[in-house]
Amino acid sequence: MSRTSRRKAGSALFVGFCALSVILAPIPLAFVLFYVVSEGIQALNFDFFTNMPKPVGESGGGMANAIVGTLIVIGLGSTFAIPIGILSGVYMSEYAGTRFAALGRFAADTLNGVPSIVIGVFVYGIAVLPFKQFSALAGGLALGIMMIPIIARTTEELLLLVPGTMREGALALGATRARAVFTVVLPAALPGIITGVVLALARIAGETAPLLFTAFSNRFFTTKLTQPIATLTVMVFTYAISPYQDWHRQAWAGALVLVTIVFVCSLLARFATRRIEGMRQ
Amino acid sequence: MPGWKSRRGGATDLGFRLGTGAFMAVLILVVVGIGFELTRQSMLSIEKFGLNFWRTQVWDPVAGQFGALPFIWGTLYSSILALVISTPIALGIAVFISELCPNWLKQPLVFLTELLAAIPSIVYGLWGIFVLVPAVRAFETSMPSVLRQLPIFSGPPMGVGMLVAGLILAVMVIPFTSSVAREVLKSVPAAQREGAYALGATRFEAIRAALFYARTGIIGAMMLGFGRALGETMAVTMVIGNNPKISASLFAPQYTMAAVLANEFTEADTDLYLNALVEIGLVLFIITLIVNGLSRLLIWSMARSDRGSRATVVAEPAEAAV
Repeated sequence: MSRTSRRKAGSALFVGFCALSVILAPIPLAFVLFYVVSEGIQALNFDFFTNMPKPVGESGGGMANAIVGTLIVIGLGSTFAIPIGILSGVYMSEYAGTRFAALGRFAADTLNGVPSIVIGVFVYGIAVLPFKQFSALAGGLALGIMMIPIIARTTEELLLLVPGTMREGALALGATRARAVFTVVLPAALPGIITGVVLALARIAGETAPLLFTAFSNRFFTTKLTQPIATLTVMVFTYAISPYQDWHRQAWAGALVLVTIVFVCSLLARFATRRIEGMRQ
Repeated sequence: MPGWKSRRGGATDLGFRLGTGAFMAVLILVVVGIGFELTRQSMLSIEKFGLNFWRTQVWDPVAGQFGALPFIWGTLYSSILALVISTPIALGIAVFISELCPNWLKQPLVFLTELLAAIPSIVYGLWGIFVLVPAVRAFETSMPSVLRQLPIFSGPPMGVGMLVAGLILAVMVIPFTSSVAREVLKSVPAAQREGAYALGATRFEAIRAALFYARTGIIGAMMLGFGRALGETMAVTMVIGNNPKISASLFAPQYTMAAVLANEFTEADTDLYLNALVEIGLVLFIITLIVNGLSRLLIWSMARSDRGSRATVVAEPAEAAV
């Protein structure tokens, strides 16, 4: 074989490998989705959403308490993370050149890389240990901490995309900086900021590790924020590692609900992102 | 700027700055707080065991013996395994999307690989227990006995163990590595490739030149994936077997730092036990901090040398697209 044809063959081989990896990667995705949907559908019924978990040995029952618990914990996390995230983002973009903004950016990126289980340990130390009580509040705090950096960084990036002329227009009319930001710049960037929030929700809705020893779990229905509370993810975990067939079925159903929530959030964010990309060009 | 502003305006501006700054201070405090709190809660174990904590390998909470070496070993082993499996595939995907595929196919492919990152860890774990573990067990039992003599394939074929953990981690890490690698490849100047083609290079040779040009960023992308694998908890906990024994075997059930936290944290009945666990969390925090910091530094230096800062957003793959 001549040198040229050898080189050409090598090149074709490389292109083939790249194409192969593109085909390979979605296979696990397809497998996971296939099992989650096919196994989950079988166990998913109306009872799953409305009934409480049954004791071991009795079949049936649902995860009503865990679904409500998940909503409560996510809600708590958002109420705490959205203001901090957005206002931090405002600071980072408004005072972009300052040292303090750089420090904030660094902190956000660092926090984004901290393993979720470590955040759980941290929240256990500050919100569970002092009160000797697992609580929905602690769970919400852990999830909120994970949301802050995502919201802050998206807000920052999107505020910087708002044309400078809009801000200058407001300032020229005599608005203070605060007024210019809150009545002109932020509203202009609002769709993008909402995308950031949804993205953060998609990321934390499926989190289990930070809830294991903050929200803990609960076999009963509760909406008390100072009590341990059941969540879908922790429930799926407990059920999956249990030895009971019926619990396994329920775990799959829980996984299907989780994946649906996360995918809907991701798709919403994705859809909005497209529009922003259009805005950017 | 000052001078033309009214005094009232100046005061509200200051108020605005302090107000928003206070919220950002919370963000900074959280990061500092994590380091502080984890250190404070692990003092007991740090003082009692010192460095021996990380050098000994007997983990026996009942006897009050805490040696964390098996967890470090398991974490590094599983993450390196994931890195080895995922890197070629992730780079293949990145190269295909940024260099080879037609334009109309780009967005769908990006979307597809990013969906891999959207699936919650717990769902991967569930799938791992009920689908992947039996499959791997079948693979392990069907392995010829000659190969089973090798240390990396020794031990009973249980299914759960290092191999499954590495495989699942690899799947979870691919979208992160490939999305950053793609951004990095984007920042390679076109002249680089055109020059190679002009000299008569084949496609492979031109892409190799681009990859070489982008090597800092590519290593950064790999490290980002590595950092993710280090801290991954649920999926690994569910499939790795949770056995604190150091073993070179891919088939042996082992344990990781994140997994021992997930399993034993609520069971810690003595202060020393709890402190020992928090110390594991502290070290995990420090390791990921270093790995992520390095990765960001590499990607950032790569992106800065070219156009703008698009590739510096090192976060979720979905975010890189924002």
